Amino acid sequence: MPRTSNSVQPPLLEARAIEKQFNGRKVLDSVSFFVEPGQIVTLIGPNGAGKTTLVRIALGLIEADAGSITRRPDLRLGYMPQSLHIDPTLPLTVERFLALALRHTRASEADPIGAVLGQLKITQLRHSQVAALSGGERQRVLLARALLRKPHLLVLDEPAQGVDIAGQAELYALIDSIAESEGCGVLMISHDLHLVMSSTDEVICLNHHVCCHGKPETVSTDPAYLSLFGAGASNSLAVYTHHHTHEHDIHGDVIGECSHASATASTETDGTNKGEEK
Amino acid sequence: MNTFLSLLSTDFVLFALVAGLSLAAVAGPLGAFVVWRRMAYFGDTLAHSALLGIAIGLISGMNPQLSILISCLLFAFLLTVLEKNGAVSTDTLLGILAHSSLALGIVVLALSGSVRVDLEAYLFGALLTITQQDLLWVVGVCAGVGIVLLKYWQEFVAITVHEDIAEIEGSKVARYKLLLVLLIALTIAVSMKIVGVLLITSLLIIPAASARLIAQTPEQMALRASAIGAGAVLAGLLIAFALDVPVGPSIVVSATSLFLVLTVLRRR
Repeated sequence: MPRTSNSVQPPLLEARAIEKQFNGRKVLDSVSFFVEPGQIVTLIGPNGAGKTTLVRIALGLIEADAGSITRRPDLRLGYMPQSLHIDPTLPLTVERFLALALRHTRASEADPIGAVLGQLKITQLRHSQVAALSGGERQRVLLARALLRKPHLLVLDEPAQGVDIAGQAELYALIDSIAESEGCGVLMISHDLHLVMSSTDEVICLNHHVCCHGKPETVSTDPAYLSLFGAGASNSLAVYTHHHTHEHDIHGDVIGECSHASATASTETDGTNKGEEK
Repeated sequence: MNTFLSLLSTDFVLFALVAGLSLAAVAGPLGAFVVWRRMAYFGDTLAHSALLGIAIGLISGMNPQLSILISCLLFAFLLTVLEKNGAVSTDTLLGILAHSSLALGIVVLALSGSVRVDLEAYLFGALLTITQQDLLWVVGVCAGVGIVLLKYWQEFVAITVHEDIAEIEGSKVARYKLLLVLLIALTIAVSMKIVGVLLITSLLIIPAASARLIAQTPEQMALRASAIGAGAVLAGLLIAFALDVPVGPSIVVSATSLFLVLTVLRRR
């Protein structure tokens, strides 16, 4: 069901009928979506559903086999990858890492790095080594790097990865408020429909093809969503359990931060959780 | 020390010193990239393949400096291409190329018969036999490498930290990766005379690894690696004269000693 944008402003980014195969296996099958200015679009789907592949194609990092990506002319992208691995042999302060984002631009502010660190409430990390950051700190530093480019479109690949559950809600709220204050569109991958629900304008449920899409409330009761994530998914508490049975490592993460300390703790939290934790 | 100072007034010692210090200056930052990007084995392979370059150069009557340079650049390019589409893992590929090109180089040298070649000079360096022309060659290439390195420093750091972010921020990642590899190849080609095929990689890696112990940013590590390399060259020359031992290995031994001293100091 290829959708097309019908708003007055052209979309920031539009993907039409994207196809991609890896080693003869079809990962993306006629996937279409678009992101409008100021809109927050969330991609959800099980592991291996092709979410990251789709985002990488949208960003131009890899080529699609078929279909087209249209970006608004001069679209400035801010990208937050799933993870950041800094080789321990590379000494790198947060400040130096962030300064890399400014290498092609002439800064308009006196201290753009200080400003973005303040915005994300991580001013104290300025002189820390990137390799020594905690999961939550690292995600914020990555977000800061993306924001320094004053992007029109922020692309976030599982921004809450490695962040504890309280921090996750806070991070999503932060992304929401930044998108609003900066007036930028957001395309993000998330496993946590219940967490992104309040801030998302459009949810695209992906499992190699677009299973269903729409407002989060609509998607969470859509038969396609329910069949993908299980019948229990319709009530918000069950979204958890249900996610646990289908989305392995990420959901390891969600409860994980509360129960990470020991495997016993995770079995206490949720009987289905144990098998998920690798 | 006085004898060393008086030795400095002789051309060949002065030449050796200037060539060694020029090399140390660029080997610092380039070595940092070799360490960060885990290219040690890659550098080793290039150095080994240089011997094949020498052999081919001797047979065809080409200037040996030029033939080393061309063969290093060709191998660097070839490795980059093969690495991308290879069926075998990178370290296996490097292992095959390193030793087969070294072996082939020695076989070709032996077959060329008529030409007498000092193999040891190529394997372990012969800094004190450096001529004025050699010196110009070393200094010229090092200056060129240094200028390119300075010009694209931000890009090289950015692609080393995270390729995807760098690409989205507008860097042509594949191009800068190739450029960095070619700079390393050039440096290896000119350091042949100084430390030799078998010791080149150590001149790239040991100063950088030592500098890692006392650096907070990539720039500090690069500059301090240059300084440590320069110290190793000076100390190596002194040791070589004092003990009448080969210069190349003396430089490497000095660098390793500096590394050990820094490691011990950092542990305390």
